[in-house]
Amino acid sequence: MAHIEEHPILGTMEKKKYVTVKVDGREIQGIEGEPIAAALLANGIKIFRFTHKFNEPRGLFCGIGQCTDCVMEVDGVPNVRTCVTPIREGMEIKTQHGFGKESTYE
Amino acid sequence: MNKFDVIVIGGGPAGLGAAVEAARLGARTLLLDENSRPGGQLFKQIHKFFGSKEHYAGTRGFDIGENLLKEAASLNVVLKLDTRVWGVFPGGIVTAYCGEKGLKFEGKTIILATGASENVLSFPGSTLPGVITAGAAQTMVNLHRVLPGKKFVVVGSGNVGLIVSYQLKQAGAEVLAIVEALPQISGYAVHAAKVKRAGVRILLSHTVKEAIGEKILEQVILCKLDSNMKPIAGTEFTLDADTLCLAVGLNPRVELAALCGCHLIYSPVLGGMMPWHDENMCTSQSRILVAGDLAGVEEASTALDEGRLAGLSAVQKLGLRNFKEVDDEMQKIKDRLTKLRQGPFGEKRQLAKQGIISMKIPKESCL
Repeated sequence: MAHIEEHPILGTMEKKKYVTVKVDGREIQGIEGEPIAAALLANGIKIFRFTHKFNEPRGLFCGIGQCTDCVMEVDGVPNVRTCVTPIREGMEIKTQHGFGKESTYE
Repeated sequence: MNKFDVIVIGGGPAGLGAAVEAARLGARTLLLDENSRPGGQLFKQIHKFFGSKEHYAGTRGFDIGENLLKEAASLNVVLKLDTRVWGVFPGGIVTAYCGEKGLKFEGKTIILATGASENVLSFPGSTLPGVITAGAAQTMVNLHRVLPGKKFVVVGSGNVGLIVSYQLKQAGAEVLAIVEALPQISGYAVHAAKVKRAGVRILLSHTVKEAIGEKILEQVILCKLDSNMKPIAGTEFTLDADTLCLAVGLNPRVELAALCGCHLIYSPVLGGMMPWHDENMCTSQSRILVAGDLAGVEEASTALDEGRLAGLSAVQKLGLRNFKEVDDEMQKIKDRLTKLRQGPFGEKRQLAKQGIISMKIPKESCL
């Protein structure tokens, strides 16, 4: 799955600047400024985190920053809403486990 | 510097409409939005709107959004993006944060246009990655040009379900079925006909029994419902889908309104809990007005006009213009809103709105 280059209503996609980020150590490319979640989905990544109690997978849900299901660790900061956070060159993105590495909850 | 006549919270169609009208009549207006781009959900509406000419019939949502942004800019509306409001305090103090920076504004009147959230549906497997809201699919496809999957099942045959299904097809995805629990289609016949022509089947009196997948969605089990909406045993069947979109309605985002002490009421027709408001979009709190989906879930055109009405109403409250002059403009918008709330779908909303407006609610003013 990549970006939709040709669209009957939106037309042809303009030339965009691509950035390279790391997801769990693996390099992927995204379009600068698009939400992290969009770049991950375009690269076929659907699992963004695992829950604290039951270690269940979670991914994108509402897509507009309301539900916080899609949070990941970005540049060391946990609980970043990937659906509303623009992607930038060199970001270190990690699948979040539980409340994230800086969490003090048990 | 941070003092305004009108502070509008939320930059969707309602908020933009409110800001544009208030600024046009001379109010110093601030528009706050938590997103990095204003327009709310307008920019993902790539279909043509219905209604009359003044409701932009035939115009696509994103064009309406662009025009509103231009209008707001030309009227010197102060726009603050990436700004999340977290509190409203006595004296009309609005507190927000932008990144890690805290901000404080003061507004003589405050218009809340915080919109709505999509409803969720619970069933085994509903938390699997691949189960998303229809709005999320629409955002990814129409705004970011990314298909969140290849094979879709959509739950709900309201307008959102129908339109999103069609737009998924436009983007090249496969839509296996639209599932509707009711025995009839919930959305407009025009939209339903369009998706049917595109080859999507609509399964009436059906629901999702379970979503299956080891770590991500792989299969959806559907079943038939009887006339009491109870699953009929033995009617289960499986579709291989990687994405399940939930289009099961929306509910007003009342958090800020509740925080402001606005009297809340319950309206099943308009989406659930919402702030009570009068015919001029004023709430039980004298300083606070509401508009758009927050004041009852409807559609973008009504949200825009309700926003315009709230903007004018705020100007009238502030006494910035001749009362009669503003009143006449407000009446025109009210007439347009009545026209928008006609037909089998609109009528119910019109009645619900009238019911709310005619309620007797004590006016307070703790802000």
